[in-house]
Amino acid sequence: MSAASTAEPAFVAKTKTGRITDFVDSRVGGSGILREFGRKVFPDHWSFMFGEVALYSFVILLLSGTFLTFFFDPSMAETHYDGSYVPLKGVEMSVAYSSSLNISFDVRGGLFMRQVHHWAALLFVASVAVHMLRVFFTGAFRRPREMNWVVGCVLLILAMAAGFTGYSLPDDLLSGNGLRIIDGVIKSIPVIGTYISFFLFGGEFPGTAIISRLYMLHILLVPALILLMIVMHLFMVVVHKHTQYPGPGRNDNNVVGYPLGPVYAAKAGGFFFIVFGVIALMAAFFTINPIWNYGPYDPSPVSAGTQPDWYIGFVDGALRLMPGTLGNWHVEQIFFGHVFTFNVLLPALVPAGILFTVMFTYPWIERWVTKDDREHHVLDRPRNAPTRTAIGMAGFVWYCVMWAAAGSDLIATHFGVSLNDVTYWLRALFFVGPIIAFIVTKRVALALQRKDREIALHGRETGRIVRLPHGEFIEVHAPLDEYKRYKLVGFESPQVQPAVPNEHGVVTRKEKRRALLSRWFFEDRVAPATPAELEAAHGHGHEAVEAAEGTKSLTH
Amino acid sequence: MKALSQKRRHPLAAIALLLMGLLITGGLYAVATSMNEAKASTTTASASDVEEGGKLFAANCATCHGMGASGSKDGPSLVGVGAAAVDFQVGTGRMPMQMNGPQAMKKPVQFNEQQTSQLAAYVASLGAGPAIPADELTNGGGDAAAGGELFRTNCAMCHNAAAAGGALTRGKFAPALADVTGKHIYEAMVTGPQNMPVFNDANITPEGKKDIITFLKQIESTGSPGGADLGSLGPVAEGLFVWVAGLGVIIAFTIWLTSRTS
Repeated sequence: MSAASTAEPAFVAKTKTGRITDFVDSRVGGSGILREFGRKVFPDHWSFMFGEVALYSFVILLLSGTFLTFFFDPSMAETHYDGSYVPLKGVEMSVAYSSSLNISFDVRGGLFMRQVHHWAALLFVASVAVHMLRVFFTGAFRRPREMNWVVGCVLLILAMAAGFTGYSLPDDLLSGNGLRIIDGVIKSIPVIGTYISFFLFGGEFPGTAIISRLYMLHILLVPALILLMIVMHLFMVVVHKHTQYPGPGRNDNNVVGYPLGPVYAAKAGGFFFIVFGVIALMAAFFTINPIWNYGPYDPSPVSAGTQPDWYIGFVDGALRLMPGTLGNWHVEQIFFGHVFTFNVLLPALVPAGILFTVMFTYPWIERWVTKDDREHHVLDRPRNAPTRTAIGMAGFVWYCVMWAAAGSDLIATHFGVSLNDVTYWLRALFFVGPIIAFIVTKRVALALQRKDREIALHGRETGRIVRLPHGEFIEVHAPLDEYKRYKLVGFESPQVQPAVPNEHGVVTRKEKRRALLSRWFFEDRVAPATPAELEAAHGHGHEAVEAAEGTKSLTH
Repeated sequence: MKALSQKRRHPLAAIALLLMGLLITGGLYAVATSMNEAKASTTTASASDVEEGGKLFAANCATCHGMGASGSKDGPSLVGVGAAAVDFQVGTGRMPMQMNGPQAMKKPVQFNEQQTSQLAAYVASLGAGPAIPADELTNGGGDAAAGGELFRTNCAMCHNAAAAGGALTRGKFAPALADVTGKHIYEAMVTGPQNMPVFNDANITPEGKKDIITFLKQIESTGSPGGADLGSLGPVAEGLFVWVAGLGVIIAFTIWLTSRTS
């Protein structure tokens, strides 16, 4: 290396491996890519790993799904089962269901792979959901990551679509009932609903086309879109760099953590196998979607305990909560000779519509209210953004009420309560729950902020009572070290942004509304302790005593 | 005919004739009694059984069902419910009822088999009703696949496709069917206890009922091919499991992986 820079002949590697590596590298530029990506720094925190869990679950889905396609036949032609599961022997069913049963009972390792695929699917959507909650509650969606938030929301919808199309494929009684509900929801759309349903199912439900159509969506279109979105998502993560929690030495201009290579890459690679292992263990020991229990789809029977997979559950729950009549007024109405089935249309589309609209637009709503257009790479602790955290919890509780409603029958049987009472309570909570959640969360967040402030100013209570020479009793407070104190005081506390006139000197109505919302957001606030306050707190005596304790002498 | 007339003086002819006569009368008698059985009770109730049953009834049941089982404001009349209803309700411990509630709960049985059959004989003597089914109808041995189809069409909407039970309105429920004897399943179908509808022989033939029992016993003995069945409760149990156990274990691992720095 020393004097080699002058008129050096072309570099020749010494070993054979080296020469091959050099040959490849000089053509694809691998070392440049590695240099760039290997030095990407990722902060370490357990809550940052849910995106990874989702990614790994998706890889497992692709692998196990490919195995299943070798043996699955999406035909709705009628056949008689001739496999090794005795209770269904000779029963008339579709080829799709028969091949699903064959995967379960006659293909070596088939049942395991089916269960791997299904558990991975549930875990995939669950980890996407938890990842989004983490991003929301820490404010990671703020500039410059708004677009990536939207990509993430699209990924959630695609994940649900992938799940639902897959859920319907085995053509067993459970999945057929699920499709029947979808058919009902589609048909409840005024005027065009029936046409869409006939178009989708290729005639009257269930028809003979839907399984193969869903199969194409499930194995081709939806995974391709998910893959595309994942690439965009990760690309933007690289461009924006990772966010980090507040801490000493961390600011909006740096990232503190491990470089990708070698430590982080090894950890992430190992984590893939951990996720794979957890899914494999679940698949080996816990049955999922036992299609042989449900029997072939037949439009007449509906089994008790018929529910969708968890991620569609909130829509099913909303449908269960909707009453057919309000007082004496029937929710289903006939206008101009058309039936308007609002008791299906409203619960199926409105709550989901509200949830997704707020989810997609929230970064812009908050940006508009706060007038905060700066780049943020340091995250908020949820307590330090009380109103956002409260909004998030309100939405979360609203979702959970609908989610719980999807299992209302099982709540009734397993807790020994009346199904009707469960429904009444959940109906009330549907409206009241989010409001209670908002108020409670906001108060808890503010209280935690006050506690932080108290600890920053006066230190931690040690529980030691000391009697001073003049007889006074005090409790000794241990001061924090400055690293811990930084965490408690180093945050932004936005203030109310009052309405300001525009360039014409007019305060517009929109601006007034914004100011109102800003007040609602930031009216109640606990400011972080300032250096002056910290300085003043030192004169309090508790720390003086603590210092005195430390030096074993009373000097003041 | 000639051969027969030649042999009629054979020394063994009288014995052969006697044997034939015995077989015919015996066979006819067997057919006649089994036909009788199909119509009425298998256990031929003697007058003393009825009498004993009446005493048991007066001591244990008449408080609610009234003297002579004619009913009171606390319990329905039992005239005409048949021996099957008594055998089911008393044989599963649902009667005598512990307390009023949405429905009578299964509990440890209070009467032994003899007392149960005496009670059944007494109630059956009050008016014609469904009899206790014959063993060959309740011991399985039917067509499990056909039974499965009947079960999914007629029973699964309340009892769940895997017979794991389900909720009904206002605290009532359809119980899980594992560990219920074939006889009690059959009796429940013909008598419709609690909120269950009656599936009479025109609705589901005795052969069909036998198939359903065969199916239920089959899925019970097969167990769960895919591992622990999580209660056979469907996607709710699966979702709960993936959120609590699956994600829980993974969060534990993420904390472990990042424990060094944070």
